[in-house]
Amino acid sequence: MIAWLSHHWHAFFLALRQLASAPFANLLNIIVIGVAFSLPTGVYMLLGNLQAFSGQMSEAPQLSLFLELDADKATISKIESRLKQHPQVANFQFISKDSALKQLKQGSELTDIVDSLTQNPLPDAFIINANSTEPEALEQLRAEIQKWPKAEYIQLDSAWTKRLDALLKLGQLAVLMLTALLSFALVVVTFNTIRLQILTKRDEIEVSKLIGATSNFIRRPFLYFGAIQGVAGGVIAWLIIAIVIHFINSELTDLVQLYAVDLHLYHLSVEDSISLLLFSSCLGWLGAWLSVATHLWQIEPK
Amino acid sequence: MISFSNVYKRYPNGFDALKNIAFTIKLGEMVFITGHSGAGKSTLLRLIAAIERPTLGGIFVNNKNVSTLKSRAIPFLRRNLGMVFQDQKILFDRSVFDNVLLPLQICGFDHWSATGRVRAALDKVGLLSREKARPITLSGGERQRLCIARAIVNRPSILIADEPTANLDADYSKDIMNMFKSFHQVGVTVLIAIPDAEILGRSQERILALNHGKLEI
Repeated sequence: MIAWLSHHWHAFFLALRQLASAPFANLLNIIVIGVAFSLPTGVYMLLGNLQAFSGQMSEAPQLSLFLELDADKATISKIESRLKQHPQVANFQFISKDSALKQLKQGSELTDIVDSLTQNPLPDAFIINANSTEPEALEQLRAEIQKWPKAEYIQLDSAWTKRLDALLKLGQLAVLMLTALLSFALVVVTFNTIRLQILTKRDEIEVSKLIGATSNFIRRPFLYFGAIQGVAGGVIAWLIIAIVIHFINSELTDLVQLYAVDLHLYHLSVEDSISLLLFSSCLGWLGAWLSVATHLWQIEPK
Repeated sequence: MISFSNVYKRYPNGFDALKNIAFTIKLGEMVFITGHSGAGKSTLLRLIAAIERPTLGGIFVNNKNVSTLKSRAIPFLRRNLGMVFQDQKILFDRSVFDNVLLPLQICGFDHWSATGRVRAALDKVGLLSREKARPITLSGGERQRLCIARAIVNRPSILIADEPTANLDADYSKDIMNMFKSFHQVGVTVLIAIPDAEILGRSQERILALNHGKLEI
């Protein structure tokens, strides 16, 4: 047990010393790995944020009912009472054409244009919250209200979240493909680094074999090196994402003020961050293992 | 104990390095192998450490058949052998101390007990004051002693040396030989290849003389 621990500690120490022996070259390698990994990680992070955002939206599926411009008070109160009695409607809010125009004046830079209008082009509208979140039920409700008199157009506000969900699925596929490609790149980078190391350590490997080193003993420092390089690359990727998020968020604060919505990018969760590091270390280990398996047997003592 | 029974070694190019070699070296014995260059001394030593495999015959080291040993078991055989190589195989990228430390690291010694053993080994060969030196700064005789320290640091039961006095002047050679004799006196089995028996003077040790791959009796 002590010998086993001692072996692993020794290998870990050797790997660290190897890293320190050529700091610049190793740093460049790690940065290459980090940059390569930041791409799929970044897209993944964006997808996570979008998903969270669309989740917020689709919690309350809304229908916007726009009436025809010539709808009078009687029609409006009739629609109001129909909506009150409808079992599918949870609650609704009436927005008159005047208040809509007021909102438009306040909330935008179009004040001048709005002022220059001779008559109000906006319709009266109802914002309806449905009981059900099922897309089919919402669609049914939409079709029903559409047939009511003076109903000009009814819009299902959750329709775009469905489109977003479909887009997100596409994005997830893209992340998978990017991850696969760039993982391959990481394995190749590690493979080559380890190959060079094995070549420069030829003498040491040969002597070690002659005085009774097992293959595991010789292999171990290289595997540790690969794993450490992978983890370091993962950390770099994480930092790159953190910096990008910092910049985007400071830009977003302006947008947030304009639209009065909570729009922030969040970094990877703790679980996702740990998975990222584990994944990159495993890939580094794999690259090292492949390299050792291909090159070590060529060095036999003579 | 080392024993050869009807060992043949033929290289892929058809050269017969060893022909029908049979001998037994008892526990704690000191034996010299003599012979001209190319007589098969090195090949014989390399067969013992399973660096090469015999074409025919059986080789037994401590009652284990080396010629049929699985390659996974070879490292553990070599840990019981202390070897001084003809071309020394010193690692020049590390200090004298670290060169001698390597066999102990391979066996998984912890740092503290390993340090004690390395110092003891360096002390035995008279290199303790040079432990921090780079091997490149050592003289020929000192390098040879470094190799011996590395071979004995693991306290092997068998010590094998391939022409340990090559390229050394008479005084140094005598020093080195006396060192091997002192290991023999504490019970280590010692096997040394030398080009000719002259260097031994009138000592009483057993000699195996090789001539063109055959043992002369």
